[in-house]
Amino acid sequence: MANVTESIGARQALAPEGAASAAGAHTLHGTAAGHGHHNPNLQHHFYSMEQQLEASTLGMWVFLVTEILFFGGMFLVYLVYRMLYPEAWVLGSNHLDVAMGAINTVVLLCSSLTMVLAVRAAQVGSRQGQVINLVLTIVFGLTFLVVKYFEYAEKFEHHLVPGPNFDMTLPQAAQQQLFFSIYFMMTGIHAIHMIIGIGLMLVILWMAWRGRFSPDYYGPLEVSGLYWHFVDVVWIFLFPLLYLLGAHYGAH
Amino acid sequence: MSHAPITSVRTYVMVWVALLVLTVITYVVATFDFGMLNAPIALAVAGIKAALVVLVFMGVRYNTPLTKVVAVSGLFWLVIMFALTLNDYLTRGWLGIPGR
Repeated sequence: MANVTESIGARQALAPEGAASAAGAHTLHGTAAGHGHHNPNLQHHFYSMEQQLEASTLGMWVFLVTEILFFGGMFLVYLVYRMLYPEAWVLGSNHLDVAMGAINTVVLLCSSLTMVLAVRAAQVGSRQGQVINLVLTIVFGLTFLVVKYFEYAEKFEHHLVPGPNFDMTLPQAAQQQLFFSIYFMMTGIHAIHMIIGIGLMLVILWMAWRGRFSPDYYGPLEVSGLYWHFVDVVWIFLFPLLYLLGAHYGAH
Repeated sequence: MSHAPITSVRTYVMVWVALLVLTVITYVVATFDFGMLNAPIALAVAGIKAALVVLVFMGVRYNTPLTKVVAVSGLFWLVIMFALTLNDYLTRGWLGIPGR
């Protein structure tokens, strides 16, 4: 907080000599940060790089809270209908491919590790580390979507997609159709988040490739990482609730 | 707040291994019949995994108090949403309202 008074001093000093010299341009931040030269990535409304990163992190968390409640609403719908139709939920769950769900869980956990290692690489100033780990993160993300594609394709083949082609000869078909509606809604919106995440990572990879990040400035990488981890956390709950719910009935 | 300490690769890898182990535990536990307890156990393990990701991978343990409060507030409002909704669905029919 000592920066506050220093910065005010800097701004007052700037006023009389602002027009006189080019030095005026960097005095605004230079004094505040306590360095001779301020980081060009420091936005003018922040006092220091630390404060800028804290503000970015806070802003991302505010967004993630809205995301928690967005997904939370779907988990709530899942819970209410599961309480109403427990048998249909077990039957529906046993149509899902546990192996594929498990593979995707592992893939996402690996992607979270490479994501956090990419952020760490920026913290220690390794451009190569950022690029390698971001590429791996994107590859894991794409792997997840490919597995998801095969899962969805299988559901279409077996007439388990809600709609006119749903297999109504199944026991509790109407209720199972409801289960699959919720399955497709939750995993589909999760997959859309994955696609957005991969798009984000491509931008971040481009920035990392260009050497835009350093131990002092890696806010965009850090904040995109928070989003990526959040999407991973959603899957951590989706996997047991959708895939493993009926596993102990052994009806595979 | 000054620079957050840089976490070692070793710590991150250990957390990742823990997450994989917990995934295996979730699967194995799900194949046994614990009656009413299957879902709570699954949610407990998922909760531990989520906490590991949030605290270590997302670095919330090194964030400012304000960011921590915001992160926890997400959970807080989630609990309110679940509690009040279940307060409705779980108690329907308790009073035996005539005509229902």
